Order: sequence, then C-alpha cells, then structure tokens
Amino acid sequence: MTTELSAVDPDTTRRLLHQMLRIRRFEERCVELYSTWRIRGFLHLYIGEEAVATGVIDHLRSDDSVVATYREHGHGLARGLSMRSILAEMYGRQEGCSRGRGGSMHLFDAATNFYGGNAIVAAGLPVAVGLALAAKRTGSDALTACFFGEGAVAEGEFHESLNLATLWDLPVLFCCENNLYAMGTPLASSESDPDIALKASGYGMAAWPVDGMDVLAVHHAAARAIATVRAGEGPVLLELRTYRFRAHSMYDPERYRDSEEVQRWRERDPIDALVAHLRERDELDDDALGAMEAEVSAEIDDAVTYAEAGTLEPVEDLERFVYTEGSSAAIQPQVSR
Amino acid sequence: MSTLTYREALREGMRAALAADERVFLMGEDVGLYGGCFAVSLGLLEEFGPERILDTPLSESAFVGAGIGAALAGQRPIVEIMTVNFSLLALDQILNNAATMSHMSGGQFHVPLVIRMTTGAGRQLAAQHSHSLEAWYAHIPGLRVVTPATVADAAGMLLTALEDPDPVLIFEHGGLFSLSGSCPMAPCPLTWTRQPSCDRVTTSPSLAMAQGCTRAWRWQHRWPTPWTWRSSTSAPCVRWTRRRCSRSVGRTGRLVVVEEGWRSGGIGAELAARAAEHAFWDLDAPVERVATAEVPIPYAKHLEDAALPSVQDVTEAVRRVMQ
Repeated sequence: MTTELSAVDPDTTRRLLHQMLRIRRFEERCVELYSTWRIRGFLHLYIGEEAVATGVIDHLRSDDSVVATYREHGHGLARGLSMRSILAEMYGRQEGCSRGRGGSMHLFDAATNFYGGNAIVAAGLPVAVGLALAAKRTGSDALTACFFGEGAVAEGEFHESLNLATLWDLPVLFCCENNLYAMGTPLASSESDPDIALKASGYGMAAWPVDGMDVLAVHHAAARAIATVRAGEGPVLLELRTYRFRAHSMYDPERYRDSEEVQRWRERDPIDALVAHLRERDELDDDALGAMEAEVSAEIDDAVTYAEAGTLEPVEDLERFVYTEGSSAAIQPQVSR
Repeated sequence: MSTLTYREALREGMRAALAADERVFLMGEDVGLYGGCFAVSLGLLEEFGPERILDTPLSESAFVGAGIGAALAGQRPIVEIMTVNFSLLALDQILNNAATMSHMSGGQFHVPLVIRMTTGAGRQLAAQHSHSLEAWYAHIPGLRVVTPATVADAAGMLLTALEDPDPVLIFEHGGLFSLSGSCPMAPCPLTWTRQPSCDRVTTSPSLAMAQGCTRAWRWQHRWPTPWTWRSSTSAPCVRWTRRRCSRSVGRTGRLVVVEEGWRSGGIGAELAARAAEHAFWDLDAPVERVATAEVPIPYAKHLEDAALPSVQDVTEAVRRVMQ
C-alpha cells in the first residue's frame, strides 16, 4: 500500500474490502454453478480486477450513470444491483435484472442508472458520451463512469468518443481497465504506443495511470478525477493497470501468457493486499474478517436460493420489449382518404 | 395548409419540434454553420443556437452513439447522417445498441432517437452516395424504418417519430427534396398508406417509379383499379397483414412490387413472400418485382438510369401480369 494513502479512514477501507470480497466470492460461486450447468453462455470473470470497479464506483452518486463491459459482475454489484437479481439473470430467470434476456454480459438496471453490460468492445463509449451530453444539457452535475478494457483503445469508437467528450467538455470519467490482454492479444502486439494515458492526453483531457491492484490508490485517483469532471472541467481518463487472474471466459487454454506471469500478479492480489494493510494497522482482526466472509457467504447462499427458485418467463412473452410496450399506436395501419 | 417543398417540410417539422420541446436537439455533420449538406437545417442554428443545433466531427459512430446515450437519459435527439452509405460507419451503434437496448434490458431502457439520412440514387453521385439500404435496416427488430414519400409525410412522420419511444430511422430520398406539396404540419401515422385511386399515385421514394406506376395503372383501365400501397414504413413485413395482403391482391389477382433497392433480399422480396403465404389462391399470375439492378450504382447517366427501375420496367411488368 502506498504510504500517502494510508490515511483513508478505516470504515471506508473496510467497506472497500467488503465490496471486493462480495465480488470475489460471488464469482467463485459462479464458477461452481457454471460447472454444474446452472449458468451457461459466456462467463467473464473479474477476479483479480476487483479493486478497479470497487475503488471508482464507491464515489459515485445515485444520479450518476455507469456504462460497463461484458466483464461487469463486479461493476453491477458495486453499483448496487442486488446479488439476487444478478444471479437470477445468469440463471436466465425473469427475476433477473434484465428478465433473463441479457445474461452475464448484459446486466441492466434502470434504478441505479446501470446501462450495461455491453459486449461489443468500445461500443459503450459513445453511449457514455451521450449520457453525459444529456446531463450537461439539463444543467446537472451528474457524471457518467465508463469502463472498458485496453482492447477498446484499438477501436475507432474509443478515439471518436474521447475526442467528442473533450470537444464538448462532457462529464465522462473514462476508466480504462488495462489488464494487458485483449482476450489473448498482448497490448504490445496491439498498440504502436502502449501508453494509454498518453493517447488520452493527446485529446486534451487529464489522464494518468493508476495502480489498479491497489484499491486505495484507485479510490484516491477516482476522487481526484471525479472532482475534476464534476467541476465541469471536461472528461478525465484513468488508466487502471490491473490483471485478470482467470481465463478470458470460462474456457481458455491461456497460450498467450505463462503461469509465472500469472503467479507474479497473484502475489499482488488486491484483496490480500488490503487485508494485510488493515492488519498492519490493527484495523482488522481474524474475527472481523471471518465475520465479513460469513456475511458475504450468506448473501451468496441467499442469491443462489433466490435464483434457483426463479421462474422462467413464458415463451409467449418472447417478443415483448422489442418495442416499448403501448407504443404501437403510431404505426397502426391506416387507409388514406 | 401551406405549400412547401419536401426539404422545407423537413425543416419546418424540426423547427416545430425544437420550439415545442426543450429536449429536442439536432446533431450531425454540417447541420449548423453549413446549414445541412442538403440545406435541410438551413437557418436552424441562427434560430435555436449552438446548444440545440450541434455540428459534430466526422465521427458517425460516436455521434449516433451519443444520440443513443442522450435518448436513454430522456432527451429527444435528432441525428442527421449525410447519406445512408455513411450510416454504415454507425451500424454497430444502430444495431447493437439502439435496436437491442429495450429488449436486452427486459424493457427497462428505451431509445427515443430519430436518425435522419438521405437515401437513393438518380443524381449521378456514384456508388458511395446512391444506395438504398432501407431493406437492411428493416430487417432489424427494434427499429422503425420510414421513407416519407410526400411533403406532408416529410414533416408529419418526423413529428410522429419524435413521439415514439423507440429508435426511428427516416430515409429521405435525395430526389424528393425539391418536390412541392401541401403540408398540414401534423403528426401522421408511420404506416403503409393505401392510395385508393391510381391518379393519386403521385409519390414514392423514386419519382421515376411513381410516374411509372401511374402510367402503368392507367394503361390497364379496363380492369378494377388496383390498390397501390405507398411505402412509408419498412416494417412492411409486420404491417402487411394476412387480411390486408389478401384483400389487396384479391382485388385484381395480380401483384407488382416496385422498389428502389436491390432485388435479392429486398423489401419487395418480403412482400412477394407475404403474397405467396397469405394470398396464394388469390393470385392469377406470378408476382412481378421491379427493382434496382444488382450493381453498385454507376456514375454515367445512362448507366445509372439503366440500373434504376424505370417507367418502362413497370409498364412491362404490369403487361406481363395481365397476359
């Protein structure tokens, strides 16, 4: 832990630990549920990267918006979607946060302004720009936090969006989760210059790299970035340097990286690091940690029970919501004259 | 009711919407200072200011996506894309975000976005400014696709589209901008409209086709007047119902589908399939399709003309179904 950050109050630190534990243990349970066929489809785990969503989203207000990627269980949990509704979604139940229509990659929640769950790399950035444009037009100081991986940097939408957000001074916090691999393509094989913060600086916005394995560093950086964005000084990009401990999705031969590299990063596990930090300062003992783990475990058990008991949407409802319900009046057939 | 051009009707429709609703704004390439690449938005920047009329960089994906985001947050953006060919740069946003958001979120989110773009050939603009891709977009559930064919529709459909909670794509045929006509400036249904008399077939997405239809129907005066459907929405697949299809085809036992757009997989193909499904026993002749030749639209005038459906093509098709 960085010494300058050690002044964070213990309540905040424990809250961050609790959030990271929720994400970690939840996803570990998801792996079990996947192996027993309770969950299907793609399942992209955030394990190893929890400090990023946790540290950033902790600062957001209820009127802020979040746009995330297909690796978004952690962002959903941190944003306040119930674990029940997320797991029910993965079960394909109508009690899920997207009524079973989205699955793991497409978690949505209007109540918390959680706009997905976007599985097209970089496609969330323009939407985040638009959400911020709406906030600016209505005179609100709400912001949009937009999460994406470093793979998105190779897409045109990244560049178009950064340019537009800066050009129009829009309140977007761009959070680039740089986990070094776009699926299996190393950043160095993808970018002529791998310095992502530098690219963002080229558009005229404040941007800097952050240790994404240190939740307190993320928390600290996000506070500073959010203050800038909320003050109307335009967008900010944080390049959050992190690492994915698990496969890209559930099955992945991992030919693109060696186990020593994974092991080196595991030694920087953000949860272990925060626990060590708290212990060092006598702000967490075994009992407290055990109690926290038990609480998380109980929440997960409850979510599993809820999802198992969930119901399937009737097939007759298949075509619901393609168009907004009750809106078809505008296109009723009419014979002229 | 005033007489306007199609271009003016679009502008007046936007002006009415901008004046009535603070949530409405227009953005796109050259919509402000330049006045719109086809002068549709001329004067709106001066009247409503840069907060409502936003010139964008040449970033179709970003500004269409920004329209989606703003619509998600409750605004009523009108996004202008110069031509349908350029809309392909924003296809990811249109299909993967605008069209899917409502269903994929279980009905939680809606995208009340209007995207206007120019379509069609006939102006010697060659293969990257002349295509008619309405059928592509009409293929996508979650979108509404409309092709206003009259001056009244140009304003009316825009006003209706702005009331719609879902994304509406408006295709404005480049050959129609100078068309004059009466314009009540009132919302109108996004639908297929039956023209009860051949004399009233005055418009369609292509002027040449419209003229062709009129002449062709007149030529066949001995027969019951056929019903001509003016294309206004491309959810024809949904809206050309069994009953309407059967009643329409049953009147003469013949069906000629005329469209500007490539034949294979076109809207005409869908209508022909509908006729086969719903009016098979009413048909006294094979369905005829008149469509654009399956080539990229060429520059040279004689080649472009040859590629597009013509009066002669329509007349011959009608002759064939009557034999």
